[in-house]
Amino acid sequence: MPLSDKDRIFTNLYGFQPWNLAAARARGDWDGTAAIIARGRDAIIEEIKNSGLRGRGGAGFPTGMKWSFMPKSTDGRPAYLVVNADESEPGTCKDRDILRHEPHKLIEGCLIAGAAIGACAGYIYIRGEYAREAKVLQAAIEEAYEAGLLGRNAAGSGYDFDLYVHRGAGAYICGEETALIESLEGKKGMPRLKPPFPAAVGLYGCPTTVNNVETIAVVPTIMRRGAAWFASFGRPKNSGTKIFCIQGHVNKPCNVEAEMSIPLRELIERYAGGVRGGWDNLLAVIPGGSSTPLLPKHICDEVLMDFDSLREHKSGLGTAGVIVMDRSTDIIKAIQRLSAFYKHESCGQCTPCREGLGWVNRMMLRMVEGRAEVEEIDLLEQVTRQIEGHTICALADGGVWPVQGLIRHFRPLMEERIAAYKARQRQRLAAE
Amino acid sequence: MAKVIVDGIEVEVPQGASVLQACEAAGKEIPRFCYHERLSVAGNCRMCLVEVEKAPKPVASCAYPVMDGMKVFTDTPMVRNARRGVMEFLLINHPLDCPICDQGGECDLQDQAMAYGRDVSRFTETKRAVKDKYVGPLIKTVMTRCIHCTRCIRFAAEVAGVPDLGATGRGETMEVGTYVEKAIASELSGNLIDICPVGALTSRPYAFTARPWELTKTDSIDVLDATGVPIRIDTRGAEVMRILPRQDDEVNEEWMGDRGRFSFDGLKRRRLDRPWVRRDGRLVPATWGEALEVLARRFRGRVGAVVGDTVDAEAIFALRELMLRLGSPNLDCRQDGAKIDARERAYYVFNSTIAGIEQADRLLIIGSNPRVEAPVINARIRKAVLAGLEVAHVGPPVDLTYPHRRVGLDTDFLEGAARPMVILGRGALARPDGAAVLARAWELARPSAEWNGFNLLHLFGGQVAALDLGFLPGPGGLDLAGMLAGGVDALWLLGADGFDAARIPPGVFVVYQGHHGEAAAARADVILPGAAYTEKDGTWVNTEGRVQQAFAAVVPPGEAREDWKIIRAASAALGVTLPFDTLAELREQHPLFALRGLVRTPLPDSPPGEPGPISDEPFVLPIRNYWQCDPITRASPTMAECARVFAPAAAPALAAE
Repeated sequence: MPLSDKDRIFTNLYGFQPWNLAAARARGDWDGTAAIIARGRDAIIEEIKNSGLRGRGGAGFPTGMKWSFMPKSTDGRPAYLVVNADESEPGTCKDRDILRHEPHKLIEGCLIAGAAIGACAGYIYIRGEYAREAKVLQAAIEEAYEAGLLGRNAAGSGYDFDLYVHRGAGAYICGEETALIESLEGKKGMPRLKPPFPAAVGLYGCPTTVNNVETIAVVPTIMRRGAAWFASFGRPKNSGTKIFCIQGHVNKPCNVEAEMSIPLRELIERYAGGVRGGWDNLLAVIPGGSSTPLLPKHICDEVLMDFDSLREHKSGLGTAGVIVMDRSTDIIKAIQRLSAFYKHESCGQCTPCREGLGWVNRMMLRMVEGRAEVEEIDLLEQVTRQIEGHTICALADGGVWPVQGLIRHFRPLMEERIAAYKARQRQRLAAE
Repeated sequence: MAKVIVDGIEVEVPQGASVLQACEAAGKEIPRFCYHERLSVAGNCRMCLVEVEKAPKPVASCAYPVMDGMKVFTDTPMVRNARRGVMEFLLINHPLDCPICDQGGECDLQDQAMAYGRDVSRFTETKRAVKDKYVGPLIKTVMTRCIHCTRCIRFAAEVAGVPDLGATGRGETMEVGTYVEKAIASELSGNLIDICPVGALTSRPYAFTARPWELTKTDSIDVLDATGVPIRIDTRGAEVMRILPRQDDEVNEEWMGDRGRFSFDGLKRRRLDRPWVRRDGRLVPATWGEALEVLARRFRGRVGAVVGDTVDAEAIFALRELMLRLGSPNLDCRQDGAKIDARERAYYVFNSTIAGIEQADRLLIIGSNPRVEAPVINARIRKAVLAGLEVAHVGPPVDLTYPHRRVGLDTDFLEGAARPMVILGRGALARPDGAAVLARAWELARPSAEWNGFNLLHLFGGQVAALDLGFLPGPGGLDLAGMLAGGVDALWLLGADGFDAARIPPGVFVVYQGHHGEAAAARADVILPGAAYTEKDGTWVNTEGRVQQAFAAVVPPGEAREDWKIIRAASAALGVTLPFDTLAELREQHPLFALRGLVRTPLPDSPPGEPGPISDEPFVLPIRNYWQCDPITRASPTMAECARVFAPAAAPALAAE
C-alpha cells in the first residue's frame, strides 16, 4: 500500500503552493503550536520517543533520546538548538526541498524542539551553496517574527525563542555535528573530541542539541497527529515516513516522501519510473547517500529501505539518497570518484583519514585502469580497515565504506580489469 | 579517585584523568605524538589508541576520561593493529630522510616506528611534498616532515601567547605555517623545536653541526636572565653545540627563553683569551705573571670593586674577601643603580616563588615587562591568567601576551584580593625615587606570614647571589656612583659591562676581569681573562633565591681561567693571600654554598625602602632589546640576526648605556 496523500507530512514538497506563512497555515502549519508547547518538555520528549523518530541526518539516532540528554535544570548556561542544514552528502537533496518549499515546518519544529530541550535560541547552519534556500528561510523567519511566532512569547506560548540562520562556506565536514559547532563559533570546521558530547558542552561551551532539518521539520506534525500515527508506518524501530531522493539511472529522478521500510524495488519502480532499461538492467544501488556501501542487484531485489534491513546487508539508510546505477556504469570509476570526494573533504586532523584517504584514492585511480596487482585489492581492503574506526569523526568511515562495498561485491570485476590491463601491456610489449 | 584496571593491573587515578594517564600509572607505555602534558589535548594523531572494555572502537587514550571500574587493554590485537596502521599512515608521506635530518637520533617518529611500525613499506604511490616556510632566524623548517600533530600551533597559542601559527588547507593538503610568511614573534620560539616530535622544526643555528650521540651533556643553569632555567649544555670537544632546557616544574616547567638557548655562539666570539696590560697608553698582550705584577704594583690606595650581572657566586665571594682583606668597603653589585634594600633577603627576592604565581588571584606588575625580562616567568603568568588570574600593569604600554589593565601606583587593584601579588621590576628601582617605589610596592603587596606576594624581578642570573653575599658598600663605603665620582684610585671590574665605562674618571687604575672584550675592557689598564658561565663550576641564585649548581661544560679558551682562581692568584700577588686553594675550600667559607634549591625567606618585621614622594616620571623599562643585553648576546651573530629581524630600529640594549 503506497503512502496516501493524507498521511504525507510534506504536502508542499514540490513547491506547487507558495512557501509563505499564509500558505503554510493553510496546510496546517503553526496550528495550535502554543498548546503543544504548553504540554511541557517531558510530554513533548515522551511523544517523540513514542513515535520512534530516528535522526534523519544519517546516523539514525533516536531523536527523543537525544533530546532527553539535555540538562533538565540549568547551571546558568543557556542551552541551544542547532539545526544541521549543511546538506552536502552526494546524492542527497531532501533538506533542500524542505528549505525551499516548507520552511515554516522547520521553523515551527525549531520552536517546539527548542521548548522541549529548554533552548533559548536556535541556529540553522545552512550550506553555503544553498543561497536561494537561505534567502527563503530568512524571509520565512522574518515572517514568523512579524507574526509573533518567534521571539518573545513565541506563538503565544509564553516561551521566548530566537532563531538565526548562519551560512556555511561549503565544507562537507561542517555537516558533522561538532565540526558544525566549531564552524558556527567562527573556527575552522574540525570535529571535536567526544566526550564531552554537545548535550553537555556544545555551542559556546553550552548544552546543545544538533538535529537534521528533516528531523526537526517532522516534529510539529508528529505532535499534532500523535506518536501512534507516525509509528504506524514502517517496521518497529524504523517507523515513520521519510523523504527519499532517487536519482541516477532511473526514468524519473525525484524526491518523494514514502513510508519507511518500503522495498527498494517498489520505491524505484513506483516513484522513479523504474530503472532505465528495466529492472534487469540494474547493476547496483547506493541506498543512503555516498557514504553507504553499494548493494548489487541481487540484494536490491529484496531489501527494505530502513535502518535495520540495510544494516543487515552491511550498508545503511544514511540520508536515503538512493543512487541507482545500471549496467552501463563503470562501477569502479564511480566508487573512485566518491573516494576522491572524501579525500578532498577530509579536514586533515586525524592521521588515518588525512593520509589514508589519499592513499585509497590513489589506489582506486589505478584500479580504474587496472594498473595494479591482484594482491593490491587485499592491500586496499586492509588500508580501508586501518582507517575505519580509528578517527575522531565518521567521515573516514564514510569515505572507505563505498570502497569496502565495491570490493565485497565486485571483486571479480576488479580482478578482470587488472587482467585485461596486463594483457594489453603484454600485447604492447610484443608489438614493439 | 577512580579505579581502573589496565591490562589486569589495578590503579587508582583521580576522577577526570585520562586513560593515558591511567596507563602510565600502571607502567604501560602508550605511544603518542600530538599529546603533550603541558598543552591542550588535540587527540588527532591517533597513535595512543587503546581498547576499552565495551567500547566498539579503539579509543584515543589521551582524550578519553577514565571511569570507575573501567577495563583498559593496551596490548591486544586490536590495539597493535591500530598502532601499526597509524604508524604506517604517518610514514607514507614522511620523506624518510633521517640520514640528513637533524632530528635523527632523538626523533619520536623514528623511535616509535622502530617500536610499533612494520618492517617494510607497502606504499607505492608518490609522496606528498610541502614547501618550507620561513618562520624566523632561529627555527629551520622542513615541512615535508611534518606529521600535523599541531603541537607547535597549540604551544604558540597557549603557552607563548602569540597566535602566529596555524594550519591552512585541509585533508592531505593541510599545512602548518604562519599563513603570511613571517618570523614567529615570541621570546619562547625555541621551545617549538623541542616540542616538535619530528624534524619539521629544527634549530637553524644547530643545523647539520652534530648528532645527538656525539654530544657530551652537562647540567648547568641559564644565567642570561634571572629565572634560573636549568639547562643542559651539549658539547663536542671544546665547543658548545647547543643548549637545551631541563625540566623543573617549580622553575621552568620545560620551557626556556630564546636568549639563553641560542646566544651560545657569542661564547666563541670577542673572547678575552689572554691577559693584557696597558703600556704607554696602549693595551698589549701580556703573560699572567706580567699582568699580576702590574696589578700588584698599581692596585693600591683607595680601591673599589664592582661585579657584573652574570658572575658566579664563588667569584663574587672571592672578590669580596679580597676587598675586605685590602680594607676597602667600596663594593657594589648594582650597576644599574637600583635602590635595592638588602637589609633583609625578603626585600629583594621573588618571595611567592615562580610556581606560586598560580596561587595568586591578582597580580600587579610595576615597571617591568616580564615578557622580555623573564619570558619563562611570563609564560607562567599567562598560564595563571588563563586559569583566572587578573593582571594590572604600571608602566609604559607593553604587550604581555595576556589581557591586563593599566593602572598607576595609587591603584586599589589589589585591595580585596585573597592572595595579592606584586612583581616589581628591577628597572623600577633604578631611579632617584627607587626607595619610595620599593616601599610603595611592599605596601601594595601586603605581605603576611602566610602569603608573601612581594616579588622583585631581577634581570640576570648573578644579581641575587651578589646581594646574598653582601657585595654592597660596607660602613663608610662608596657605591658605584660614588666610585665613579672620583672616590677611588683603582677599580676592579668583575664582569661589569653594565654601565658606561666612559664614566670612569681618567687616572683611575682599572682592572677588568671578564670573558668578553667590550667597552669596560677597552678602558682597562689590566685585563684578566675569565670564564663564561659554560666554562666553570659555579653557584647561581635565581630571582626566587633558589640556589643552583652549574658544572663546567667546556674549558675556558686560551689562557683564560676560572674567575675565583684569578682572584686567588691576585690575592697572593697583593700580599693578602686568600685562605682557600680549591673550590671546595672556598665553598666552606660561606654558608650560601651549603644550600641547595629554594631557600625560603622569613617575613621581616619592618618594610623596605623609604616611603616618600614618587615622581610622575614614567617608568623606563630596562630591557629594550631582548636579544642583545649582555656581553655574550651582544657577541652572538644569531642574536644580532634576531635583533635585526624582530627590532629593526633597536634601541641601546640597556637603559643605562
